[in-house]
Parts: sequence; structure tokens; C-alpha cells
Amino acid sequence: MDYSRPAFNQRIVIRNGRVIDPRNVLDQVTDVYVADGLIAGIGSAPVGFKPDLEVDASGMLVIPGAVDVCARVREPGQTQKGTIHSETRAAAAGGITHLCCPPDTKPVIDTRAVAALIQERAHQSGYAHVLPIGALTRGLEGQQLAEMHALRETGCVGVSQLRKPVKDAQTLLRCLEYASTFDLTVFFQSEEPSLSLKGGIHAGPTATRLGLPAIPDTAETIALSRDLLLVQQAGVRAHFGQLSCRRSVELIAAAQREGLPVTADVAVHQLFLTDEMIDGFNSQYYTRPPLRSEQDRQGLIDGVKAGVISILCSDHQPHEAAAKLEPFPSTEPGISAFDTFLPLSYQLVRTGVLTESEWVQRIAMNPALLVGLDAGHLELGSNANLCVFDPAKRWKLTEERMLSAGKNSPFLGQSLQGQVQLTLKDGAITYRRLGKS
Amino acid sequence: MTPTKPHQLQLNEQGQLRHFLTTEGLSRELLTEILDTADSFVSVGRQAVKKVPLLRGKTVVNLFFENSTRTRTTFELAAKRLSADVLNINISASSTSKGESLRDMLWNLEYMDSDMFIVRHGDSGAPHFIAEFVCPHVAVINAGDGRHAHPTQAMLDMYTIRRHKGAFEHLTVAIIGDILHSRVARSQIHALNALGAREIRVIGPKTLIPKDIEALGVKVFYNMAHGLHDVDVISTLRLQKERMESALLPSESEFYRLYGLSTEKLAFAKPDAIIMHPGPINRGVEIESAVADSERSVILNQVNYGIAVRMAVLSMAMSGQNADASNQREDA
Repeated sequence: MDYSRPAFNQRIVIRNGRVIDPRNVLDQVTDVYVADGLIAGIGSAPVGFKPDLEVDASGMLVIPGAVDVCARVREPGQTQKGTIHSETRAAAAGGITHLCCPPDTKPVIDTRAVAALIQERAHQSGYAHVLPIGALTRGLEGQQLAEMHALRETGCVGVSQLRKPVKDAQTLLRCLEYASTFDLTVFFQSEEPSLSLKGGIHAGPTATRLGLPAIPDTAETIALSRDLLLVQQAGVRAHFGQLSCRRSVELIAAAQREGLPVTADVAVHQLFLTDEMIDGFNSQYYTRPPLRSEQDRQGLIDGVKAGVISILCSDHQPHEAAAKLEPFPSTEPGISAFDTFLPLSYQLVRTGVLTESEWVQRIAMNPALLVGLDAGHLELGSNANLCVFDPAKRWKLTEERMLSAGKNSPFLGQSLQGQVQLTLKDGAITYRRLGKS
Repeated sequence: MTPTKPHQLQLNEQGQLRHFLTTEGLSRELLTEILDTADSFVSVGRQAVKKVPLLRGKTVVNLFFENSTRTRTTFELAAKRLSADVLNINISASSTSKGESLRDMLWNLEYMDSDMFIVRHGDSGAPHFIAEFVCPHVAVINAGDGRHAHPTQAMLDMYTIRRHKGAFEHLTVAIIGDILHSRVARSQIHALNALGAREIRVIGPKTLIPKDIEALGVKVFYNMAHGLHDVDVISTLRLQKERMESALLPSESEFYRLYGLSTEKLAFAKPDAIIMHPGPINRGVEIESAVADSERSVILNQVNYGIAVRMAVLSMAMSGQNADASNQREDA
């Protein structure tokens, strides 16, 4: 086991990078000075500044550290798949300084003790801030309210039922009303259980050819429609995570036009992969929600471009090798996604879907606003959470390069463009390639 | 990472069969070779000594994760007629129920120097998974996986069609019933397309026809009168009782009235149309008893041909796997 910790309290200057901070309408090539864990200067050095480390970021982007609203760290309870230490190190290597972990740990995040344990372990490791999302119902069983207020006091940034069913509409409505009382954001992953068969893939020609259970897009849109109506009734702030289909984007857009306080995200892989790639029973492409059709993929990209989907997340789900080494329907869904989060999402800039500034909004600024963090920006005097990203660098994703305990990625062996060079969390170097041979 | 497609996986570098996982993606030549080889084995069953020595000294393991008497028996007979040693493993009583992973179990069998696995499994893609990730040097024969494929059944159906109809080019074939859950139908469709059948139709209610099945190269009919019009070959499928419980159909009697192959509906087909069924038959559900026993029914011939076709597949896959192994030894 690696017990390394990042180095603190260095004075660092990052020279000649293109510094992008949409919140402060900043986009220029300049120098960034970091001291005492804070952003001590942009453009000009603070008085008496003597750097311990000076790096040249010419041709690179200097951006706020990414804030990932959905990433599994597998601890407590599933440490065969990953630990807070291994996954936060991997997050740092992916340019991420803050990540939200969903409540389906073992035990579930439905008590102060579990929420506190996760944050304490993350603090000990020091590689990334881990912000728990609490359970909406006790044990995620869909029957009784979880102690949401206590969870919020212990640092939970929202509550979620994930893909687990709630007993009935009345129970869900009460959960939402209670969450609304304490101004908690509810994170939805809308899914109708009767249409979401285990081992299933998108209902289309590939499912038919392979004889795998078919999950139609109505598995998502039926639940999403109902959830939106209940959100409206309860007056709660809601975030819809990991959308998978075009019609979901339309439903969210309509709700936003009506003035509902709803936001949405998509897992980055959902913008690049489709169900056809599963041909050959490759379990690395098994995800939940399922990879969908090309039209859905395009619909999601349009949603990201239009800002209906204002957040991109990794939906990082590390697995031990054995979890993917079974016949397809018996494997576990999910992708180990920290390594590909920035390179893949930046491809949206290269293909003209987003500007650099819009990209930074969707990976850092907007998610920070969603969870109420003072992050996702490069404000002078604020904590230095930032990332240096080389948009031109080509590299190949290999198991050896992945710091995550989970090597389950369909992008293994593929060439990616864009690489994280340096990550600072509160001024501490949590990942560095830059300036090293 | 480019996923390995089943039809790429099942051939060696010389294009010979080394696993038999699906009929999808196989060439007309290869399928014809299977049928021709089966031809040469049909007479073995009529000899005084019903054996040829092609698999002598080879160990064939029947791995049935789902119950089956008929298919397992015909595979066992086929392997024994090829002089192989056959091991039958009853999985429900074996290790996966004790929590052992499929991989661990198969690796143990591989280290007992097994040469061939005949696999039936409830998960679509299970034989493909075994061939790709677990035991690539053991020939894997798919004896039915989930809803995906049942290629030896499809090949014995093709053999039956060829015996009774000669060439495939002018044939219209109708497959009736529960297409959604049928691995047989999927394998038949791929084989018929490769062999050049003129038209393939599927007939059933929308609840039993999977989405976008047209992409496999078939026409969809919801009505027997239209679907059976002028067809040469009728393939009926078994209807499982669970389908009524899971709200796919209202009742057996309504299904029989609409889609059961009765003497009356048979009149829509060509007068010399043949009737097939993979068995076991539900008389009075998917087929009228008198039709199943009529002279146009070739259902029992199918069972007989099944052994010869499986002998053909087993011998070809073993020889393809051996050719692969000897090439690799030369490379080393």
C-alpha cells in the first residue's frame, strides 16, 4: 500500500499558461502564484515572493480543479474495488480537486458516522476533497426518511436515492418536501425499475442481435417525468445525474423553461460511446444507464452545448478485474473514468461543441455552484485548487498509467489527446508530470 | 480496445472453425462445409459399429448450466460416435452454486486436459466469454446461450431444409412465435441469410418480436395469413409457460387461435411446405397435434440429423483448434 501524501506549503509559480476562469471572466496567458495554499497572485507576484518551484506552462491551460459530482471511491465496504486513498490519488491525476461520492457505500451514507469517516479518510490521504452525498431514505431502502439534516451538518452536499426505488409516490414526495425544508439538493438518477433489467443494454438492434435484455429509453423518461412533477410540487432543488437519452434532455429543457430549479449532468463516456460498441459482448462497455443510440448521443451533446446539461461528470466506478470477467449479463456495470474525464471532455472543445470557457464551466464552475462550494474558480486569495492541462499532448491509456485500483475502461489501449500535467489541492501538489523528465 | 466479435473469435488464422459460438458472420462456404460433413456422418448411425475414430483420445466435457435432456444427449452421442471420452457435468449440483466463479471452475477442468467444452448457459455471451477470456485453447461449442444463439440447432435445421428442399436460393422461410426469447430463431436467421434464402419472415405478436429485428434481415408479420402466404419452410418455436405469467400473452388458447400452426393456417403456405420444430413440442399451443404428426412435419428427422450435424461441428472445431495449436508450436 502506498501511504504517500502530497507536499504542502510550497511556493509555486506557474508561468506562461493560458489561465481560464469563467467566473472572473479571465482568459489570458499569464503567471499564477501560489503561496500558503492560496492563489497569491495572477499576473504579478506578491511582494517578496520567492518560489520553491517554478514550472513553465507554455501552450497549456491553467484552470480551476475539476469538481466531479459523481464518483465512487468504494470505501467503506468495497475496498477490493478501490479505497479513498487509491481513488483520490487517481482523481488528482485526472485534474480533479473535489469529488462527490454517492451514498451506496457499505454501510450506506445515512448516518453522521459514515459521512464523517469518509471525509476523515480523505483528509488523511490529502489528494482530493471528498464530499459525500447522503442517502435520501434510511439504508436507501425507500421506506423511511434518512436523517438528512444531520447528514447536511456532517458535510453532505445533497441527498440521493440513486437508482434504488422508493416505496411509492407519497413517500418520495415527503422525502422531497423534507429535503426542501433544509434547502438540500436532491440528486436524482431517474430509472423505472421494471424497465431496467439486470444485464440489459439499450433497446435496439444490438440488444436484439446479442439476445441481451433490452432497456428502452422510457426506463429513464418515465421516471424522470414523474420525478420532475414531484420536484415541482415539493419545491425542492433537484439535480438529474447521468442522463442517457435525447428525450431526457428535452424533458429537462422544458422544466428549465418553466423555471424549475433543476440542473442536469451527463457522464462524459455517454457522449462518446454507443450501444453498437457492445457487439462482441465486451463487458467494459457495460454501464448503467446503458450506452444508447447514436441519436441519443447526439441529443446529449446538443444538450451539453445548449447548457441544458450544465455539468459533465466522470461517473467513475472502479472495479476489480473479476467483476468484469463473467458472462456479460453477470458482470458489474461501470467504467473507471478519472483518467479519461478531462481528455475526453476536452474533445468537445476541439470539435467546436464548447469553447474553453464553457468547458471549464461544465467541469468546475457549475458543479461547484451546484454543491455550494467555494471552488471552481481562480479568485485571488482563495484556496489554490487548480489544474494545468496540456491540450496537445497525445498519450495512450494503459493499465500501468491508471492510478485507480480499477483498470476497467473501454478506452484502454486507445490514444487520447490532452493530459493533466499538474494538480494543486489547496496549494499542495497532488499530481505532477510537468517539469519532470 | 476493439471488441472481439464472436464470428472473428471462432475462426483460426486459416479461416477454419476452432470454436462454434454463433452462425452470425460465418461464410456460406463454411456453413456448406458443415452440411457436407454432416452428410458423410449420417450413415455412421446405421452401421453395425456406430463409431468413427476422429476424436479418439480426446476429452469432451458437456457443461450444461441449464437443464436439457435432448440437446445434451445428442451432443453426447455425437461425441461418442466420434470415439471421444465424454464427461457430463451437472452444474446445478456443482461448484457455481457453492460460490466458485465460472472461471475458476473452467480452469480446473482445463487443467484436467479437456479438449472441448460443450456449453449451455442462461447468460447470453457465456460461451463467447469462455472462448475469449477463460480457455481459448479448448474448443468451445455453444449448445445454447441465453437468448443469443443456438448454432448447432440452426445448422441441423439448415441440414433438414437442404435434405428436403435442395438449394436455399428460392426459399421463403417463416419463423413463428416467441422470437424475443429464442436463440434458435436468431441463429436460424443468420444461417439462412448466409446460405442465401430468398426471404425470411418472423410472425408473432409485438410482445414477442424484439425491437429492430428487421436489422437482422427479416420481414415482420403480425398475421399468420399474410406471413405464411407462399412459404416453403415453416419453423415453429416452443412457447414457454412463463410468457403468460410475465404479461407477454393473455393465454395459451388465444396464442393458439392466432399463431398456432393449425391445418387451417397451414393452407396459406405452399402445398409442399415443410414444418420444423426444435422441440420439445407443446401440442395444441404452438402447433396442432395432427400437423406435428403429418407427413409434412420433419420434426423427427431433425432429431436424427441433429447427431450427424453435431458430429460435423465437433470434428471440424477440434481439427481447427489442433491446427491452431500446432501452428503456435511452430511459431515458438
